[in-house]
Amino acid sequence: MSVYEILFWFLTVMALSCALGVILSRNPVNSVLFLIATFFAISGHYILMNAQFLAIVNIIVYAGAIMVLFLFVIMLMNLNADTEPQKNRLIQLAGVISGGALFLVVLAALRTSTVNVLEQTSTDIGLIKNLGKTLFTQFVLPFEISSVLFLSAMIGAVVIGKKEEGQTA
Amino acid sequence: MTNLVYLVPLFPLIGFLINGIGWRKMPKSAGGVIGSLAILASFVVSLGIFFEVKASGTTTVVNLFEFISSGKLVIPFAFQVDALSSLFLLIITGIGFLIHVYSTSYMHHDEGMVKYFAYLNLFVFSMLLLVLGANYLIMFIGWEGVGLCSYLLIGFWFKNRDYTNAAKKAFVMNRIGDLGFLVGMLLILFNYGTLSYQEFFGQLSTGQVAATSSMYNWIAICLFIGAMGKSAQIPLYTWLPDAMAGPTPVSALIHAATMVTAGIYMIARSAALYDLAPVAQNLVAVIGLATALLAATIALYQNDIKKVLAYSTVSQLGFMFLALGVGAYTTGIFHVMTHAFFKALLFLGAGSVIHAMSGEQDIKYMGGLRKKLPITYITFLIGVLAISGFPFTSGFVSKDEILLAVYHHNKAYFWVAAVTAVITAIYMFRLLMLTFMGSFRGTEEQKHHLHESPWQMTMPLIILAILSLVGGFVQLPHLFGGHDFLNEFLAKANVPALVVEDPGMEMREYTLFGGTCLGLIIIFIATRKLFAVDSFKGEYGGFKKVLANKWYIDELYDAIIVRPLNALSSAFDRFVERMGIDGIVNGVGKLVRWGSDRVRLLQTGQVGFYIFVMVIGMTLLFAISFFGFSN
Amino acid sequence: MPVQYYLFLSLALFSIGVMGAMMRRNAIIVFMCIELMLNAVNLLLVAFSKMYNDSSAQIMVFFNMVVAAAEVAVGLAVIVMMYRKVHSVDINILNRLKH
Repeated sequence: MSVYEILFWFLTVMALSCALGVILSRNPVNSVLFLIATFFAISGHYILMNAQFLAIVNIIVYAGAIMVLFLFVIMLMNLNADTEPQKNRLIQLAGVISGGALFLVVLAALRTSTVNVLEQTSTDIGLIKNLGKTLFTQFVLPFEISSVLFLSAMIGAVVIGKKEEGQTA
Repeated sequence: MTNLVYLVPLFPLIGFLINGIGWRKMPKSAGGVIGSLAILASFVVSLGIFFEVKASGTTTVVNLFEFISSGKLVIPFAFQVDALSSLFLLIITGIGFLIHVYSTSYMHHDEGMVKYFAYLNLFVFSMLLLVLGANYLIMFIGWEGVGLCSYLLIGFWFKNRDYTNAAKKAFVMNRIGDLGFLVGMLLILFNYGTLSYQEFFGQLSTGQVAATSSMYNWIAICLFIGAMGKSAQIPLYTWLPDAMAGPTPVSALIHAATMVTAGIYMIARSAALYDLAPVAQNLVAVIGLATALLAATIALYQNDIKKVLAYSTVSQLGFMFLALGVGAYTTGIFHVMTHAFFKALLFLGAGSVIHAMSGEQDIKYMGGLRKKLPITYITFLIGVLAISGFPFTSGFVSKDEILLAVYHHNKAYFWVAAVTAVITAIYMFRLLMLTFMGSFRGTEEQKHHLHESPWQMTMPLIILAILSLVGGFVQLPHLFGGHDFLNEFLAKANVPALVVEDPGMEMREYTLFGGTCLGLIIIFIATRKLFAVDSFKGEYGGFKKVLANKWYIDELYDAIIVRPLNALSSAFDRFVERMGIDGIVNGVGKLVRWGSDRVRLLQTGQVGFYIFVMVIGMTLLFAISFFGFSN
Repeated sequence: MPVQYYLFLSLALFSIGVMGAMMRRNAIIVFMCIELMLNAVNLLLVAFSKMYNDSSAQIMVFFNMVVAAAEVAVGLAVIVMMYRKVHSVDINILNRLKH
């Protein structure tokens, strides 16, 4: 086993177990922490695939910004394991079965597809220089539109979160 | 001038639009003035066109725009200006103008006067389209347009149930005829690929398209069925007498002078076709003759002044078809023209009488009006003389020509037609005597009210009376120093005249002349004795009752057509409509309602459940797309 | 490393996200599961980018992140608002549409 493979399996096991932790832990704060760990594992995969820029952005945006926002909201509402609503067993079972069925169906479908080995040689397409060039030449219009999306999301969040008249916290 | 022909129908259209749009707001007098001026303008243009055509004698087709263009089929919106159409232009706009003027006074008390003028203008517009069209389709547009206006005007006083029923009857009967016309048109289109007169008749004369004689007959018969409906011939004539429910000037214009002659116009226009279709031509003659006789006998015992005139119109139309049927196309057109003069005159005279009698139409209550309505009396007398065929009046000349033409065709037809002409004179004189002679039989109040009509009504009467007197001189028999102006004129439009080489012609002409004079004197004396009376019951027994009840034709139609149809419809309504179709439609509705009542329960509002269903669906879709249809 | 491995990994992560969305009633956890699913897809996109040696897929991931960030901003605002109204984040309470 090369170092590469060791790293791959380690990150894979970490991602899957942390993902299971997200949905199984009763305390929402723990869920958030597990999710952050999952994102780190995914970022590790990105690095293995020479997508260094995305790995960094993933950590900064997801683990850094978004998950902190989640954490912040959970703390604001003072949620913990005791206040956590629980579904009954039957519904949980149904969820597991249907999710598992989805997994199995797609797995079965892709099981026999031709094997395509990812080479371990490093490429530089994932470097910030190349991505930046593509982004600002080929994809400059979607890029600008996404800024409008951000603006509208920001305004939307402010409008929704605003206290209504005559309402006290 | 010929190129300005589009102006002729344009003026009435403008008049219709102004009156039609503003009829609620406009003052009555303005509606009358606009309506009359529009027709006057058309008349002036028509005069110009007429004299130009008379001078040049050419046929001009004015293409306005492309109306239908589909594949090889191209039908332009075109007007054909030739001798025939320009003559009809004059009749329509000329008499139309007089009747418009008459109406300004006659309809003065009616609240819907502006609307009335809008309809009347629309009618003139449609009628002009009918005669101007350069192909059958344009003619058909006008044909339907005049049918619509006829419906609107018969039912003008729509608050009266009987009147609206009469309007419906006219409309439905015309539809039956129109179907025939339509089928004929489609046959022409199918066989010759064109509806244009010039192309169609051109192909007929050169024989480019090999058609059998039976095809000519079928086309001609189909067209004639259309003419039957519009021109009130057996078996579709019963609507015309009922159409007298409309205002009297309408009866004069639409149901006597112009619209009902559309059938004659159509057949005269298609003369080239009918010459090739002997069976159809014979049918036209027989139907015309039968109608003339039947309607004349009915008219003998009618007590409604307008009904008498209506049946006489039917009868005279029969004469025209008879002339067409024996091949004397120009004679038929000639009779259309003279008939337009004297029948419009008679109707307007009747209108004047009705006006004076405050709406009374029953001649039982008239009599002795001669003193009170002198102008009406004299003009009406002239009309009666003309229609009876008093020598040298217009009716004499045209009817004389018809009889002579028929004589050469078939002796039996001639005798029937001659008897009919005698009956015509009898019922017209009876009407005259009962109305104007004897003593007044109405109420005191009516007697007090009697008055001569204003100048707007008497002026058209006088003009029409003069025309009725001298209208025949355009084609006076050679014997009396006349000349066939009309035949020569119409020959330019390819409407053939019947040319007879007959050595006994003069003899017969004298016989007819003498016979007419003698007969009229006898009839005059007899009717004067019988009908210029002080009291008149107007009730009949025996065979007279059959005639007074119009041979029970309406009842017959009712029994053999209307009632079985109604019964069939109600059976369909009950079994097919209610049980079958309604059952299916309502069943579908109920099924959907029942199903959605059940399916609605799926909408729990639980987000978790929605996700669950979504995942299941997604899984199924994957499964189907991966495993379902692969190899 | 065969690309299938990444395929199965991201499929497994996605399925875990689906299960979580169905099993939990806490709106915030459901939201986090959605984020997890988005990341599973991102991972797959990067794998394919590597396989075809094409940077377009990575740009796609970039835009995914943009959308996710915008979505989180609005979504969390909605959840906060809902909490303010009913003092709960239980999605089963959100069944008002039925009535």
